[in-house]
Amino acid sequence: MIGLRLVPRVVPSRAMLLVAPLLAVVLTLVVGLAIFAVLGQNPLHAFRAFFLDPVSNANGVSELLLKASPLCLIALGLTIGFRANIWNIGAEGQMYLGGIFATGLAIHYNEAGGPWLLPAMVVAGAVGGALWGSLTAFCRAQFHANEILVSLMLTYVADLLVKYLVYGPWQDPAANNFPITINFGDDALFPLLASFGWDWWEGTRVNTSVFITLAAIPLAWFFMDRSFAGFQLSVAGLAPGAARYAGYRERRMIWLAFLIGGAAAGLAGVTEVAGPIGQLNDRWNPGYGFTAIIVAALGRFNALGIVLAALLMALLYLGGEAVQVTMQLPKAVSQVFQGLLLMFLLGCDVLVNYRVIRKPRAVKAPAAA
Amino acid sequence: MSLDSLTPLLASAIGAAIPLVLAALGELIAERAGVLNLGIEGMMLMGALASFMWVATGGGLVLAVVFGMAAGLASSMAFGFITITLQANQVAAGLSLTILGSGISAFLGRGYVGFAAPTSFSPMPIPFLKDLPLLGPSLFSLDLLGYSSLVLLAGVTWFLYRSRAGLTLKAVGESPVVARSLGLPVTPVRYLAVAFGGAMSGLAGTYYSVAQFKMWQEGMTSGNGWIALALVVFATWRPIRVAIGALLFGGVSALGLYFQAIGVNVSTFALASLPYLATVIVLVIISSDQETVRRHAPAWLGKPFYDDS
Repeated sequence: MIGLRLVPRVVPSRAMLLVAPLLAVVLTLVVGLAIFAVLGQNPLHAFRAFFLDPVSNANGVSELLLKASPLCLIALGLTIGFRANIWNIGAEGQMYLGGIFATGLAIHYNEAGGPWLLPAMVVAGAVGGALWGSLTAFCRAQFHANEILVSLMLTYVADLLVKYLVYGPWQDPAANNFPITINFGDDALFPLLASFGWDWWEGTRVNTSVFITLAAIPLAWFFMDRSFAGFQLSVAGLAPGAARYAGYRERRMIWLAFLIGGAAAGLAGVTEVAGPIGQLNDRWNPGYGFTAIIVAALGRFNALGIVLAALLMALLYLGGEAVQVTMQLPKAVSQVFQGLLLMFLLGCDVLVNYRVIRKPRAVKAPAAA
Repeated sequence: MSLDSLTPLLASAIGAAIPLVLAALGELIAERAGVLNLGIEGMMLMGALASFMWVATGGGLVLAVVFGMAAGLASSMAFGFITITLQANQVAAGLSLTILGSGISAFLGRGYVGFAAPTSFSPMPIPFLKDLPLLGPSLFSLDLLGYSSLVLLAGVTWFLYRSRAGLTLKAVGESPVVARSLGLPVTPVRYLAVAFGGAMSGLAGTYYSVAQFKMWQEGMTSGNGWIALALVVFATWRPIRVAIGALLFGGVSALGLYFQAIGVNVSTFALASLPYLATVIVLVIISSDQETVRRHAPAWLGKPFYDDS
């Protein structure tokens, strides 16, 4: 096409593994700024408003961490499955279930809480997410049902379940029919970092839930890159035939992927309802479960890469919210950026396995070749 | 259940089935060429918005259909380029198409929320046939898009089983390597199949925004693109079964509305979840028979193909 052609590389390029994501980020930026220009905004102002201003103070950094933390957590969990070509697309629903399980405890023990309540909610949330994930694992492992479709369908069901609860049995009686639960008590909330006398965080919303993610990063790295189970998953993804020949059990891997992925998403759900939201409501659908898929891909299914990708994607969310206020642009602009980024990344990845060369001048083929 | 109550039930089942048939037929062709496009939801939304924007600014229905299909087709070409030419993973690329389509349509459509389409498709009952019991008010009182879906269903069936081009398509989906060595134009066929899928998804979107709901709303397809994908598996890649499956899913959605209408005391949220749960159950039943699925699935489905010509 246009005088260029692709030639397969003998060995995938290590350099391009790093260059491709950077190139994708640059392309996304260029297209994004072009969109701003078309909308009649000064691209440089837009760039500042989108990427720099939101993180120019402690409050901005705190919001960045609050968004990056669940994204990172979910992406780490999903990556374990993605490496084995097991596509859990339903992390969003598993996150809702984590939120629901945690909320159940928070409401039930609202009057009779204690320091045990929050840890119990964390465990319940992980269990809730893992249970929801296990539904898909069961359909896939037992009946070979496509895990992409099943996990996605269950996300719609989970969304309806949240709505049912907040419009029905869990609705705050004092909320004038608004679809929200009561606000959680202090025992059911992650303490703010600011509450530990850490002056820099004064007035910000970032809380101790970020430590869950910080703990998960080395754990995920160890599991994926240093444990035998992690090795098996990678082999299953890269060379399914070899994995079968070696006798790795596929069912076990499916269960592992969905239980870990679901638990991580469920945990992320807890950090949301017991964090910045402090209740369960029907508008709680930040799309973290879907965005985390992009985070995992952008991070090259690797723990450190995912941390960086989560920070970048959190910045896209913040930027989207910022321009919504300052430039009256719709919030969907974040989603456009996210979609573009993933699209460009997938496109740029061609450079890892192929070289682009100029097409040699077309030689007329003999009539009867 | 009397005949009187069955008629509206069947009518709304068929109404819900039409966009599913359109999108699933398009996807079926793409998958028969070996390309798995998970971006139906995104392409549908792009089509729905394009058509609605056109009628909302005073345009007519013919061009609304054209723009709807063009929007779906253009979106599918972005997907086609990165998967067919640039060899990207089809699952990830399809997801990114859904994310991008939802995002762009929500972004561009923000000024079009909250009012009804000034012009829209209305039912065109067929003389005499419309007076038949049961089928008259349902099957023979569709709008133009509804009838088109039946024509397209027949056309796709004929194409797959009776035309030479259909044979080429299936050969490419079974083994592009063999097809290539026979001198068949593998890459153009894959592109065309994806383009057809995109146009059909766009048309399904048009149906939502200017025929069924007659309005635009962010994410208005509410997962139906994914249900269409499940339908293709359910139908084991055969067009007639797509129609049967779509009717079944339409029936499940209609049943929810029906229960509500006759005052059954079930949560509306439980009823709304029926189509999704039905999809899961159907997938489980179909997939448990792996033999059949493997026999009918295009052998090269979802795999990239490097065309060195």
